[in-house]
Parts: sequence; structure tokens; C-alpha cells
Amino acid sequence: MSATDPLNLMLLTLLLATAVAVVEVRSLFSSVALAAIYSLLMGALWMVNDAWDVAFTEAAVGAGVSTILLVGALVLTGRHETVRKTISWPALAACVAAGALLIWGTLDMPAYGDRNAPAQQHPVYNAYVQQTVDKAPDGKSAARPTSPQAGDVAAVPEQPKNFFDGHVPNQVTSVIVTYRAHDTLFETAVILTAGMSMILLLRGRRGNPQRGGLL
Amino acid sequence: MNDNVIMRVVARWAMPLILLFAFYTQVHGETGPGGGFQAGVMIAAAFVLYGLVFGGNEMRRIVPRRLTDITAVLGVLVYAGTGVYALATGYNFLDHVALMPGNRSAAEAWGMTAVEYGVGITVASVMLTLFNEITEGTNPGQEPDTVAPDAQERLWG
Repeated sequence: MSATDPLNLMLLTLLLATAVAVVEVRSLFSSVALAAIYSLLMGALWMVNDAWDVAFTEAAVGAGVSTILLVGALVLTGRHETVRKTISWPALAACVAAGALLIWGTLDMPAYGDRNAPAQQHPVYNAYVQQTVDKAPDGKSAARPTSPQAGDVAAVPEQPKNFFDGHVPNQVTSVIVTYRAHDTLFETAVILTAGMSMILLLRGRRGNPQRGGLL
Repeated sequence: MNDNVIMRVVARWAMPLILLFAFYTQVHGETGPGGGFQAGVMIAAAFVLYGLVFGGNEMRRIVPRRLTDITAVLGVLVYAGTGVYALATGYNFLDHVALMPGNRSAAEAWGMTAVEYGVGITVASVMLTLFNEITEGTNPGQEPDTVAPDAQERLWG
């Protein structure tokens, strides 16, 4: 039982309670506030598991902007949801089946933090970790010889190709912006598409005199 | 919320601090947690705060719709442009070494910076666009700060 397990358990229990509350509460304004709390708890969970970038993004987007957008949508719709007393059995079966499939899929994954996991052993990943973790720019590492020269007192072990010369300690950024630059480009394009679809759908509707819309 | 002194003062003081932290996150994306996405969302959050307290019209006086439309596309253009520039100078698409052909480490750093700025600009503009489009038009032809009288009750009632 590591030191963070009680904290993880507490956060996960709170998360479960918040998720149930979001669905069960009938006032939509309370649902929106609870969704913001859910995002905050997720951000805390990411932080406890050492995923700082994701925690940052979750807090900013989930507990910040997304809450405002939902409140804005609430002004347009009603404040209470209509009461539904019946359970939809096909929906319940589909959710349980999907959850069971997901859990079955995780049974094959390596243990959390396993040193021999394929993700930790891949040579490209090793290159990115070795040149970013604990590195600072010293101006010399780009020219460091890759094999020991005669006369080295303590022979420098063979270094992987050093792309960044200590410029990029944040290995998340170094991976997503160089090794996975295509993915980040199309993520940005997806965000742009979301903005464009909002403009096409909502701008100029309902007699807004500011701009003519397309639909 | 314009008549509430506390809201006005806090928003006026908080907004530059939020923007400063957002720029810090953008610039230091490579050395600490953060980067383009987070910085863009925070820039938008600062302007959304201003828009909530002083009204949508006031916010759109500072950041017009046309500006967010243009900068949203400009960010993706910057990102894809660095890729196409690499392609045009003979390297692979988005191979950042094309920016400084002799010096790989410095070129990668410059490439990452340019690309992150593109992401940040686009994300900020699109978040502001989402806020504008969702919160305007609570009644046909009306802006949020002249919202229908029953919207307050519908929300807080």
C-alpha cells in the first residue's frame, strides 16, 4: 500500500459520489456546479498521479470554461429537468456491457509503474526521457562524443542522440510537439472545427441583427 | 453584475493577473507544466470573466468577433505553416530541424515554441468564440447584458 493509495481511494470515492449526484439531482444548475466539482476532483487525481499537464488542462477547461458554457446553455433552457421515473433497460444493459468490456481490456495491461512495460522500454521513449529528465542546457551536451575517447578518466557512456540539448525539461511537451506533432496539429484543427461549427450554427440565428448566418 | 463594486474591482484586478499567468504558461511550456492549450484556455478565461462582469457588449468592444475569427484560423496557419516550411525546404513535414538546418537542438526548441504559440492563439480564440455564441441571443436579437427579465429567475429562481 503506497503512500498515495488512501488519497487515491478518497478522491475516487468522492468522484463516484459526485458522478451519481450529477445524474440524480433534478436541478440543472446544481448539476452544472457538481460537474465543475467533478472536474476539480479529476484534476486532483491527475496531480496525485504525477500528470501535471493533464491536471492543469482539466482544471482550466473542465472547472473553468466548460462550467461557464454550461451555465450559458442553462439560461437558454429550463432550470429543472423533466422527471423520468422509469429505468431504460436496454440503456442500462449497454452501459454495463461497455463497462465490463473496458474492465476486461485493462486486465491485459501491465501493472501501474511497471519498469518492463512496453511504453517504458521503447527506444524512442527512452531517448526522450534521457534527454529531458534532470537536464539543463550546458551548451556542451550537443557536442558530447558518443563513444569514450582515449584519456577519459571516467568514460562517458554512450549517449542517445540528444535532440534538445536540455532546452526542454518538460517531456510531455517534447513528445507531443515534436514526436507527435501531427497529432497535435489535428487536435488544434478539431478545436478550430468546433469553433467554426458554433459560428455556423448559432451566429445570426433568431434574428440577430449583428451578423447574417449561414443556416 | 456591473452595479456590484466588489465584482468590478475584483474583475479589474484579476484579469491582468490571469493574463500574466497565461502568458507565463505559454512561454514556459517547455520547462514546466503547461503549454499552448492551457495558456489559451486561461487567456479566454480572463476575457470571459470580464465579459461576465461588464457585459458581453463591453467584452466584444475589446475583442471583436472579427478578431477572434481571424486569430482562430491564424493559429492553425502558424502551426501548419511551420510544417509546410519544413516540407518546402526539403525536410519531412513538421521536422523542426528545417528552421535552423545546422543546429538540431536549437531548431527543435524554436519549432516547439512557434507551434505552441499557434496552438495557444487558436485555443484562446475558439474558447472566446464558444462563449460568444452560446451566451448571446438569450432572446432573439438581444445581447446578454440586456437579457430578458425572466432569465434571472429562470437561473436563480
